[in-house]
Amino acid sequence: MKTLAQDSAQKVDKGRVINDFSIQVATVNGSGSQSSNSVLMRSIFQMGIPVSGKNLFPSNIAGLPTWFTIRINKDGWVARAEQVDILVAINPQTAHDDVKSLTAGAVCISPIDLKLDAVRSDITHYQVPFSELAAEATDQVKLRKLLTNMIYVGVIAELLGIDQNEIETSIRRQFEGKGKAIDLNLVAASKGQQWAKANLKKDDCFYVERMNKTSGKIIIDGNEAAALGCLFAGATVVCWYPITPSSSLCETLIEYLKKYRIDKKTGKATFAVVQAEDELAAIGMALGAGWAGARSFTSTSGPGISLMAEFTGYGYFTEIPTVIFDVQRVGPSTGLPTRTSQADLLSTYCLSHGDTKHIILLPGTVEECYSLAVQAFDLAERFQTPVFVLSDLDLGMNHWMADRLPYPDKPIDRGKVLTAQDLERLGKFERYHDVDGDGICYRTTPGTNHPLAAYFTRGSGHNEKAQYSERPEDYENLMKRLDRKYQTARKYVPKPELDIDRQARVGIIAYGSSHCAILESRSQLRNAKLPVSYLRIKALPFTEELRQFVERLDRIYVVEQNRDAQLRDLIRLELPEHAMKLQSICHFSGLPISARFVTDAILGEEG
Amino acid sequence: MVATQSNQPLSSEPHTNRIGLTQADYKGAVSTLCDGCGHDAVTSQIIKAFYELGIEPHRVTKLSGIGCSSKTPAYFLGRAHGFNSVHGRMPSVATGVSMANQQLLQVGISGDGDTASIGLGQFCHIVRRNVPMIYIVENNGVYGLTKGQFSATADLGSKLKTGVVNDLPPIDLCGLAIELNCSFVARSFAGDPKQLVSLLKASASHKGTSVLDVISPCVTFNNHEGSTKSYKYAKDHEIPLHELSYVPFYEQITVDYEPGTVQDVEMHDGSHIMLKKLGLDYDPSNRINALMTLQKAHAEGQFLTGLLYIDESKPDFTTLMNLVDEPLAHLPEGVVRPPKAVLDEIMNSLM
Repeated sequence: MKTLAQDSAQKVDKGRVINDFSIQVATVNGSGSQSSNSVLMRSIFQMGIPVSGKNLFPSNIAGLPTWFTIRINKDGWVARAEQVDILVAINPQTAHDDVKSLTAGAVCISPIDLKLDAVRSDITHYQVPFSELAAEATDQVKLRKLLTNMIYVGVIAELLGIDQNEIETSIRRQFEGKGKAIDLNLVAASKGQQWAKANLKKDDCFYVERMNKTSGKIIIDGNEAAALGCLFAGATVVCWYPITPSSSLCETLIEYLKKYRIDKKTGKATFAVVQAEDELAAIGMALGAGWAGARSFTSTSGPGISLMAEFTGYGYFTEIPTVIFDVQRVGPSTGLPTRTSQADLLSTYCLSHGDTKHIILLPGTVEECYSLAVQAFDLAERFQTPVFVLSDLDLGMNHWMADRLPYPDKPIDRGKVLTAQDLERLGKFERYHDVDGDGICYRTTPGTNHPLAAYFTRGSGHNEKAQYSERPEDYENLMKRLDRKYQTARKYVPKPELDIDRQARVGIIAYGSSHCAILESRSQLRNAKLPVSYLRIKALPFTEELRQFVERLDRIYVVEQNRDAQLRDLIRLELPEHAMKLQSICHFSGLPISARFVTDAILGEEG
Repeated sequence: MVATQSNQPLSSEPHTNRIGLTQADYKGAVSTLCDGCGHDAVTSQIIKAFYELGIEPHRVTKLSGIGCSSKTPAYFLGRAHGFNSVHGRMPSVATGVSMANQQLLQVGISGDGDTASIGLGQFCHIVRRNVPMIYIVENNGVYGLTKGQFSATADLGSKLKTGVVNDLPPIDLCGLAIELNCSFVARSFAGDPKQLVSLLKASASHKGTSVLDVISPCVTFNNHEGSTKSYKYAKDHEIPLHELSYVPFYEQITVDYEPGTVQDVEMHDGSHIMLKKLGLDYDPSNRINALMTLQKAHAEGQFLTGLLYIDESKPDFTTLMNLVDEPLAHLPEGVVRPPKAVLDEIMNSLM
């Protein structure tokens, strides 16, 4: 609590807290609050103020509680804030607990009939007759519940000083093409705003003021960004099976494919999408397509990854390109399907029985969900192997402010594929012969019209000619070459992002969605006079930069969102001589990690 | 015995086929299966059918799962790409291949263990999707490679060599395929090469999933007295539904039949299957009758072979995908990566 109070103290400027607080809306799943929350978030974004939105939702279609948190931060910090400053307590199931969890001085906007002022007297209450206002907004009983959501948007807008024009613009955008919905929601927002203006006396310190920190920015979630990566990587075969939190990746992509990848002249598709019967089939299809020469991928989450283990080992051993997105959720087993985690790292790294090591890309921002998706396809085809992209629910499904995604600056790399002409010129082809000494062999695709082109792909032991072999030396040579290929990958995978503080003796290593919390935590640590260097891992296998970073520091905190310090352990295996330097900070509640959690953990050790 | 056929010189065959290849060009590596294995007989008929049809080997892909039968793609069409996948998952691989390159002719070889147990789900779904491929089940009622355990197609009451009696009812893959609206379903016998080769040729002309359930005896673990998948049992009990002949699209129909004695089924590519009536008056275009006939045969312990069901009108998977003519695998960057203007448009919509 001490540290939270410190955070609060820094925000207040002459009794006003401007552009630095968080709003939490507690509603019921399936009640339509998502649209209202998007409108609210976007309106603030359009005022040039940095925002982020996190949806904490249950594994349920309708009826269970859900919370949406909007963090407004003038410095651009977008990690989860632990403290709620303004609560909109619409859900009677959770209202009492929600109010009790507030800190003193917070604000609570609630339906008047919940009588929440009786629960807490040390916070500011704004009690609103939502039912009456909804009844005034429409005579259709069915719609009243939905409109309640837009009424609270109007109330908040009036209390915080959100520009009415921005609310209107956001509503028009949110319900684009649905004239009736636009009209109704405009009325509802206006009802809320007018009522608040006439009936509420501002009795809190939270305000928004226009800035210019969002111009040129977009709002996007990581799954949509990854989908765009697939679109611009030229993916042609999409094999998927629905699973939270990855489904929206393929669903969004399908919409884009329909719009941008239909041949204008013939009306025919330059892509194929199949919703498989399960993840076992999804990965089989992706490998079949990759083997036949298409850019294929599948998208899943933890349980799907477990099911894909056998085929992934096949792809590694027989050297077939494909891309597998794992939008991580909390495991093991069904776990918490709608909560975030980074606990699939270790199991994915060596997924399958036998000796396997996979190339894994670790996007830390929504921009990287896009750019690393593009790169994953090039790496898969260059290295002729399944390549994983490990994102998570926080990145994948939450709304993030981002820079405009850049157009790919490199041509597509299809890797070492021989054509009939190549075969004619070479006069020889052995599928698993390491001609170039980098561990990567040449392949042909089915349909290549040359007597030398064909080979037999098998998950059993094979020699350089792809013939069945149980000879010890053939197996050893194959496994050594696969390792050589993996070593080659160190030079091709994205390098870590480095931020060295010359004064620092302490460092942080992190990856994935922890990034935003680390950035903010380093600022907090700087204020606490503890400079720290930072290295963000973007891929496995590790690259040389990791060793250099670890060597120059006394102590390193590896921050990750799992219980078992999975990345820390992998680094220890990589750099055993530095094992004792590496300490672990693990966050695994299912909620996104916060800056304060990291700061407190490090100060606890270093302070 | 039939199984030695693949090793016999084929001197009576024409020297080359219509694309100038010899039958040897359609062979693969030497089989490592047991002498007399039914699977080798099926392999021989695949070689013969593809050779006689003059199919370009490079246009073919051979796929399989795991088990004795799944080894056989190595033994035919050495000039075609092969994919020996994981247990029971060949259908998903074939589905992926079909999307990447719809111009390939896919031959999948599976067994009763690979299809009727671990792969039953994928079998159902490839049939349901009507992915264009020839799906051959080399059905011997036992797991050979693990030394003779019952499979899910073993008949009720059939006996293992050890004397163990099967007390579970069999899964009839043909009945299941018809139930799932499969567009080409046939049952044959490795010891009936004439019928098998005609069915193989017909399935190569079919655009959709062709399921061929071929009783292919295991000489080592299931060819004894008390087995219902032995050469002797199948020979003694086989009842062909009709006498089959196949006329490829590039040949004229020359044989004259008495009116009413032959059903002529025209295939997608203009080829014909001629079904000469035998004792039974069987119409393979009648799905409900096909199911009833199979049920009745089960009840009466009959082993019916022939073309059980055909529907040339059912659209196949890749046609439903409405793909561009060029295989997706070969599309150039200019086609698959939208221009920068598209990204700009999307970015503007997200601002």
